Order: sequence, then C-alpha cells, then structure tokens
Amino acid sequence: MSLRVTGAVAARVLQQLRRDPRTLVLIVGVPCLLETLLKELFAGRSPVFQHVGPPLLGLFPFVTMFLVTSITMLRERTTGTLERLMTLPLGKLDLLAGYGAAFAVLAAIQAVIVSALAFGLLGLDVAGPKEVVGALAVANALLGSALGLFVSAFAQTEFQAVQFMPAIVFPQVLLSGLFVDRGSMATWLRWISDALPLTYAYEALARTAANTLDGRFAADVGVVCGCIVLALALGAATLRRRTA
Amino acid sequence: MDAVAIRVEALRVVRGGTVVLPELTCEVARGSVTGLLGPSGSGKSTLIRSVVGVQRVAGGRVEVLGEPAGAKQLRARVGYMTQATSVYEDLTVRENLRFFARVLGAPRAAVEQAIGDVSLTGNADRVVSRLSGGERARVSLATALLGVPDLLVLDEPTVGLDPVLRRDLWQLFHGLADRGATLLVSSHVMDEAERCDALLLLRAGRLLAQGTPAELRARTGADRLDEVFLRLVDEATG
Repeated sequence: MSLRVTGAVAARVLQQLRRDPRTLVLIVGVPCLLETLLKELFAGRSPVFQHVGPPLLGLFPFVTMFLVTSITMLRERTTGTLERLMTLPLGKLDLLAGYGAAFAVLAAIQAVIVSALAFGLLGLDVAGPKEVVGALAVANALLGSALGLFVSAFAQTEFQAVQFMPAIVFPQVLLSGLFVDRGSMATWLRWISDALPLTYAYEALARTAANTLDGRFAADVGVVCGCIVLALALGAATLRRRTA
Repeated sequence: MDAVAIRVEALRVVRGGTVVLPELTCEVARGSVTGLLGPSGSGKSTLIRSVVGVQRVAGGRVEVLGEPAGAKQLRARVGYMTQATSVYEDLTVRENLRFFARVLGAPRAAVEQAIGDVSLTGNADRVVSRLSGGERARVSLATALLGVPDLLVLDEPTVGLDPVLRRDLWQLFHGLADRGATLLVSSHVMDEAERCDALLLLRAGRLLAQGTPAELRARTGADRLDEVFLRLVDEATG
C-alpha cells in the first residue's frame, strides 16, 4: 500500500464531489429536511422523535454513501478509468482506502451539520456522548461505502445501481429494530435481522442514546467494523486487473 | 538489450463466446513507432488490451519489455491510452493529469509538459466534459505520456483530430521513439500507416502481414497503402 497513491485517490474523489455542488447540498440538505419533518410529524409526541431521531442521525450516512459510492464506482468501471488505473502502479487497497477516506470526510461533514441542527435547533437529546453518535455515523458511512463498492460490480447501468438501494438498504433498515422492536419480531425475521450488519449499527446507536456503553455496545461496534472489512474484501475481489 | 519490445506468441482471446484472436503471433521492435492497422472489429483493441495486461487471455504468451504482459514491474513503464477517453469528465485537464501524475509518482513539471505535448495549454483549466471529442482524446493521450514510459500503447489516438494536430502528434510520437521509447499505435485509417516505421496489418483477428511500409509495397507491388491492404486480403483469401 502507498500513502501517496491513497492520498491521490482520496483527493481526486473529493475534487470530483466539489465540482458537483448540487450533490453536496443534497447530501447535507436531505437529512436535515428529514430530521425536521420527523420533529414536526411527532410534534405532540416528543418521545417518538427522541427515540427515532438519534439512530436516524447515525444511519443517514450509511444510505447516502452507499448510493454515492456505488454510482461513482460504477462510473469508474463503465468509463474505462478503472481499466486505466489497473494498468498503473496502484494497488487495489490504495484505491479502496482512497475512496473510503474521501467518503469518511464527506460523512463527517454531513454528520456535523445534521447533528448541529438536530441537537441544536430541533432539541434532540441523547443520554450518551454526542461525539459517539458522530463517530458511529462515520463508521456507518464506511459500511455503506464498502457495500456500495461491492454491489457496483453487479450493476451494468446507473438505473440498476440505484435499484440496489431499496433492495439492500431498505430491508436492513426495516429489520434493524428501529421500527419494530426485535424482541417482538417473528423468529425467522429475527434470524435475518441477526445476520444484517445494519442491525448492529442501529443497536450501537440506540445504546449510545440510552448511555449504556457496555460490553454489548463494544460487541456491536466490533461487528460493524468487521462488516466494513468484510465488505471491503469482497469489493476488492470484484476489482479485476484482467477482464473479459 | 533485447531488440524486441513486444513479443506475442500464439495469442488466443475469446470474448463473450466469440473468438477474437484465434492464434496471433507478432513482434514490435524496440525504439520503433509501430502501427497496428486494420478495420474496426479486426481485434486491434483486444491485442492492445492483451499487451497492457488487462485482457483475459485463453492461450499463448505476451511478453513486454522482457516481462510477462501485465507484470507489476511494467506498470510504471508502460503508458496506455484506451480507445474510450478514460479520464474524469468532471475534473479539469490539469486536475486529471495531476491525479495520474501523483499515482505514477511523476513530478509536477511532467504535467505541464504533457499538456503542452498535446497542445492543450490554453484549455488546461477547463473541465473535460466541456471539451470537444478530439480534445478529450488528447487529455487521455496526455495521461499516457506522463512518467516517461518506455512503452506507449495508444489505441486510436488520432481519431477525429484535424490534420495539423495529427501531424504534430505523429511528430511527437517519432520524437519519443528517437529518445528510445517504443510506440504501438492503432488506427483504422490507412493513410496513417504511412507515418509508421513498421506495420502490423490485422484483419478478422489474423495477422495479414508485418513489415515496413516499403517492404509491404515491394511485396504487393501496390503504391498506396490501402491498395496494399486490399492485395494482402486477396492474397490471404484467394
């Protein structure tokens, strides 16, 4: 692995994003809008907002970065730039780490702005440290990036890549425990839920909100980190120097 | 030092169930500008992809600068320009080149040099998506020039360019060869063959002939190179 090459990739990805201010506004603006809607929707029932708000704050980056990464990597594959890169002295890990670093920066910016709005103006509160919510948001962004990278190998067009969002992200959100308590799920749904990485991401966020940063919390974070590494490894396996 | 830069032996490539190259054998001399000519669909890009090591091959051997094609040691020594303009459309010309230069570890001065070589100095700060097709192709070419490669593999670098620019680029190619680089340049336009030191004529995945333009003229008795090509086709099929 080369720091120079990783840095070059990260700087290039950020430069491309900077050239696309509309996307940047959407990445930050949409979660802000949704948190505000949520607050107003449950205006008379503040506990609901307090329950759903913090996990959502940590899960937005997962969804955003999944989409952004899968489309960016798909473009890299279809425009031939990936083929070019594969003939250069660039390791697959350099490419993946460069992408990861760039999207982590973006996720951090998103998390800071959306948190400032939610904790400041909207009056959201968590019992645990707010910085942990932010750190989990960045970890979830990396998880989203890694999964997006992996699935981009299975899409031939941007239409297909966009459809992977509801296919891969929605079931995870539905089964994570955010909407229905996992304890009251049918057993088979519970099993599926157990196998999905976002479940652990949600649990970690919920534990932070409740300020129970115990061993279970550490285990949840461990699972999320493990899934990031696993998804990156799968993603790396889809980057082939030689193609048909 | 080996006088042969690229050695292709019995190369067989199958893409999507179609045999693109059944069994190709050819050579490219070191320090030469070798033209890879043939109609669209003759297998030029497939051969080029095999030389740079991104093509999955079904059989045979490709040796580049004494190493197997695609070897790790070759990645900093081989410049590759793909047929599609493989640069980032949302970045400027200079940003694209800076990125590729950083990956290669080439100095910043190389970026300005490459931009000048392809006559894009006036457009260096324009975003690639705003450039014309020919200008984009030159950005792609410029990225291949970075880092003083020993071998340049260029897939149709002069498509859609005006005659003055084409002449300038061929001068650039010969200048690079004079400094010791080897160039393999593909084209489907026969009049470009005239500008090459040596030719590989490809048709339907088979090598029709290889040699200097003068040798091929003498062999076929034809004067114009597209006539040479036709006579070679007749010879092969008749």
